[in-house]
Amino acid sequence: MDVLLLQLLNGLDKGGAYALIALGLTLIFGTLGVVNFAHGALFMLGAFCAVSFNKLITLQKITIDPTKTTAWGSPLEVRTPYAEAMFGDFGIWIVNYSVPVSILLAIPVMLLVGFVMERGLIKHFYNRPHADQILVTFGLAIVLQEIIKAIFGANPLPQTAPDAVRGAADIGAMLGLQAGAIVYPWWRMVYLLFAAGIIAGVFAFLQFTTFGMVVRAGMADRETVGLLGINIERRFTIVFAIAAVVAGLAGVMYTPILPPDYHIGMDFLVLSFVVVVVGGMGSLPGAVAAGFLLGILQSFASMNEVKEILPGIDQIIIYLVAVVILLVRPRGLMGRRGVMEN
Amino acid sequence: MTLTRKPLSRRSILRSGAAGGLVLATPTIFTSRAWSAGYLNEPMGDTVTLGFNVPQTGAYADEGADELRAYQLAVKHLNGEGDGGMLNTFSSKALGGNGVNGKKVAFVTGDTQTKSDAARASAKRMIEKDGAVMITGGSSSGVAIAVQSLCQEAGVIFMAGLTHSNDTTGKDRRANGFRHFFNTEMSGAALAPVLKNAYGEGRKVYHLTADYTWGWSQEGSIQKYTEPFGWETVAAVRTPVGAGDYSQYITPILNSGADTLVLNHYGKDMVNSLSQAVQFGLRDKEVNGKPFVIVVPLFSRLMAQGAGDAIKGIFGSTNWHWSLQDAGSQAFVKSFGQEYGFPPSQAAHTCYVQALLYADAAQRAGTFMPSAVGAALEGFEFDGLGNGPTLYRAADHQCFKDVLVVKGKENPSSQFDLLEVVEITPRAQVEYPADMLGGELGSYNNGV
Repeated sequence: MDVLLLQLLNGLDKGGAYALIALGLTLIFGTLGVVNFAHGALFMLGAFCAVSFNKLITLQKITIDPTKTTAWGSPLEVRTPYAEAMFGDFGIWIVNYSVPVSILLAIPVMLLVGFVMERGLIKHFYNRPHADQILVTFGLAIVLQEIIKAIFGANPLPQTAPDAVRGAADIGAMLGLQAGAIVYPWWRMVYLLFAAGIIAGVFAFLQFTTFGMVVRAGMADRETVGLLGINIERRFTIVFAIAAVVAGLAGVMYTPILPPDYHIGMDFLVLSFVVVVVGGMGSLPGAVAAGFLLGILQSFASMNEVKEILPGIDQIIIYLVAVVILLVRPRGLMGRRGVMEN
Repeated sequence: MTLTRKPLSRRSILRSGAAGGLVLATPTIFTSRAWSAGYLNEPMGDTVTLGFNVPQTGAYADEGADELRAYQLAVKHLNGEGDGGMLNTFSSKALGGNGVNGKKVAFVTGDTQTKSDAARASAKRMIEKDGAVMITGGSSSGVAIAVQSLCQEAGVIFMAGLTHSNDTTGKDRRANGFRHFFNTEMSGAALAPVLKNAYGEGRKVYHLTADYTWGWSQEGSIQKYTEPFGWETVAAVRTPVGAGDYSQYITPILNSGADTLVLNHYGKDMVNSLSQAVQFGLRDKEVNGKPFVIVVPLFSRLMAQGAGDAIKGIFGSTNWHWSLQDAGSQAFVKSFGQEYGFPPSQAAHTCYVQALLYADAAQRAGTFMPSAVGAALEGFEFDGLGNGPTLYRAADHQCFKDVLVVKGKENPSSQFDLLEVVEITPRAQVEYPADMLGGELGSYNNGV
């Protein structure tokens, strides 16, 4: 029971990350019809917004202490953090909360990145075959990766969660079960709630605002919406930018879970595409449902008891499910009839 | 007989062109210095070319960059530039800072990408096109074994970089290959007594192991040396290289009854698995009435930087550390620090030392012929290169020297001061019979 609960939590947490990336991918595919292989890079850029913000606020004033030397004989550098020196307790607080606070930096940055990407490159590929779109966006992803590597290096850069949510919660004890049996990191639970909040926000935005209604109409019939005199192109550009922000925020909040490096986006990209295909190309609820479903399945498949019966199943379960879904229901779990069926 | 000058015809031009093309297209390996002398790539001019094959892209690019810095420093010192570094402390005085065998040392570089096929391709290019007489470098055992095998087939010496699997000088050993870095057998032998003292006997151990040659080798060595004092393996779970999120592998540990986690991971895998194990509260847990402990058998400073606070108090082993106080280490740290502004990593150290050892052997042999250089390295006893008295064992081409057991520092004074040396395990304690790990060296290949 304890083990099952733990794996369920694990699956939900993993599924949250998959769902967030898949949601952005589906938004872009559903509105613009573009298969965006640079979406993982947007997740990575978001993560590096958190890294950059942290580096910025932990900048240190360097003074030379001529009386002391390093192990290699150079004068010792004495480093004093600017944030602490200038803002006192507030400086310490902002360093502690640098990951959630960096969301404030990530939102405008990702909006800008999304806007520039769509206007500068993606729009030229709207009417090109999917193969061209995949090639150009994949190429863009590699370029972005290499830029990040050139600036930040190849090593992972650890980011810490705020003190208040660092460490793990003894959920077993909270539920009146055996203490220590179900322990789960606080930050992962924060991430799960954050993912749920973002997903709910995107759905509410599309469901309950005029902008969202026009976008949904455009997704269903772009031509007719255009004929009604609505500049659907501009709205789709904004949708692309919103999808970039969603991916970026997913990246920001993931940094205390996985120390980010330049490759972090690629690690998620392939899995997220499988999630989109399983959920149904262009279906937002499908992407979210498939994200959580595959996350949970992958988590249960990793249990030692399962692997004793089916060795290596944890590595292939997601792809196995995708193959079965594509064979039985090519449009995915919640995909519209006709989309990607021929 | 009349001599008539034949006019140029289209056919004769074509024929001459084809013949010329054939000559030009003949691989340089058949026409140049490659095969022209007693051994492959015998240097005929006033320079000798070494091939530095390091990861310049991919997950180990930072470690590769540090290796390349060390090689460049070694070349400077060999050519008499800079302060001489460890040439001043090296027990062998064959090298005089005027190149090797009267030739200035030059180098070419290749990018292994930490992929066996890419590493073999770049090594092949350096041997065949650039005339490299020796290949060295790398940050992975899989890559080292692949490149070592290529060098054996081609007929040049391979001086391994950072490779820790037993197999490199065990079952996959080759006559043309030499390793200065320690191996998992030595890590196990050095670490086990320290673990016993720190954590006591009779523990239940859970292994998370990278699913490739090094991971298996490391897991086996830790089991071999800890089981005699009652450390029982509860589970040994193989994880794919580059798994990223390890939560699915960590949660089963919570209810497994294990009180010890051994992370047989290196590089980014270790950074991720250790960070996440700590996030799951394993370090603060108590099981079987004992505090839960985590062990990372192979540590490096670059990895420690990636793992941040997660490494505090965690035991591991390392080949060398910049805080060592012997004359050789201090000379190298000074040289490297003044050149680049920060201390060298263990990868940089082993690569620098390998370059010096090769040059010294070639100088003592009076030639770059692989069999002669190899003979000069075999059984070579030396000191002053940072690890105390060291032996290049003839039987398996493995260096035997002291091994460092380190622990993550609780209060680091800088971003480089992350590990503290808790014990220097003497060489005698980590030595093992040459035939224990299997494998055959075979005979040297001089490439002719």
